[in-house]
Amino acid sequence: MADLHFLANPARFRRFSQRVLPGLALTTVLALLIGLYFALVQSPPDYQQGETVRIMFVHVPSAWLAMLGYGLLAVLGAALLVWRHPLAALMARAAAPVGACFAVVCLLTGSLWGRPMWGTYWVWDARLTSMLLLFFLYLGHIALSRAYDDPERGDRAAAILALVGVINLPIIKFSVDWWNTLHQPASVARLGGPAIHPTILVPLLWMAVAFLLLFILLVLLRTETEIDRRRLETADQLS
Amino acid sequence: MNGFTTLVARDLRLVWRRPGDVAVVLAFFVVATVLFPLGIGPQADVLARIAAGVLWCAALFASLLSLDRLFASDYEDGTLDLLLLAPWPLELAALAKCAAHWIVTGLPLAVLAPFLGVAFGLDAKSLVALAATLLVGTPTLSLIGGLAAALTLGARRGGALLALLALPLCVPTLIFGAGAVESRAIGEDFSTHLVILGALALVALATTPWAMAAALRQAGE
Repeated sequence: MADLHFLANPARFRRFSQRVLPGLALTTVLALLIGLYFALVQSPPDYQQGETVRIMFVHVPSAWLAMLGYGLLAVLGAALLVWRHPLAALMARAAAPVGACFAVVCLLTGSLWGRPMWGTYWVWDARLTSMLLLFFLYLGHIALSRAYDDPERGDRAAAILALVGVINLPIIKFSVDWWNTLHQPASVARLGGPAIHPTILVPLLWMAVAFLLLFILLVLLRTETEIDRRRLETADQLS
Repeated sequence: MNGFTTLVARDLRLVWRRPGDVAVVLAFFVVATVLFPLGIGPQADVLARIAAGVLWCAALFASLLSLDRLFASDYEDGTLDLLLLAPWPLELAALAKCAAHWIVTGLPLAVLAPFLGVAFGLDAKSLVALAATLLVGTPTLSLIGGLAAALTLGARRGGALLALLALPLCVPTLIFGAGAVESRAIGEDFSTHLVILGALALVALATTPWAMAAALRQAGE
């Protein structure tokens, strides 16, 4: 944690992020191109699912990122409540809509994939429902952090909500093991190694890396915007 | 512990002097429930099938309805500042407020629900299951709702925001509450559901007071 404290100063963070951002943006584009090449060209169509299996290369990484994003909100919330870390609040504000977007992408692609595979856009299955709840928790976080005239009060209320809502993450992760559901059980991160063939696993992991880079890129960019916005508001109040 | 009972007794006395507030919540519960047979149609088999879910959802909405005033009046008249300064834990004060809320909403709802269940054509066993699950489940609703009320204290659009925060967190209680009544209706044992409801209530009891106290301290700053 000690290493992260040097970023607590927004001006220092800004200098840091401006140095990192161009390279990060380039890497993200490269990783996305490689991932998409593997996913759309290299990997063979599934013998049962045909070409629709390619939806997975967007669906699964966005699900991971949506969960990681909420985990990040909880960590930032703890940093804000425990250390009063000023940047944590701004970053949480920046990260929540990004995570919510990944949750939406996951739900929409899953629903489009479900239509040809399961014969229905939506089932009230434990994994789907808990993912939907995660999206609602994101909405609550976004709404709560913006509901106060004093933005700092909103930040801290949202931090408490993020810490309470983090209970949902293990429920999503293990929902497919605890309940007998239509959604398939965990196939990548499980004991005994992944249950997917390398021709599909490799593009999936490339896409996951690309999405992770994209997530970091968007959060850093939006954090910079939040810093600027907070500065402008303060300047407004002073003048 | 003395402060706890004093605070509960104070809140109950406040409600006793204005019984209309509780009556409105219970009337909402009855009217909201009655709308379903009117909207869906009077087929007895359909109504008996959806009764548990409808009554549980209506109970959830009714208990949310009165929550936005849980801390707001104390916040406005300065009682909350005194509670913040008081030499005993704010966590207990928040818990006492929720306990009082449960006594005036959760408990009457659990008593009232079986009578409405009769109108939906539930059999005697299901009615017992309904009352039992509501008794065990509504404390969770009061605690989670209390947390949402503390988080939205002084916020713009407080009421709608409170529902947006509390409802997703209440979903497990709703699922197991309604599920218990349904499994009883098809002749199965519902004790597993009841135990899970109890576990959810205990988890809420162990976690929400801290979060509520943290939220109230921020509101008091």
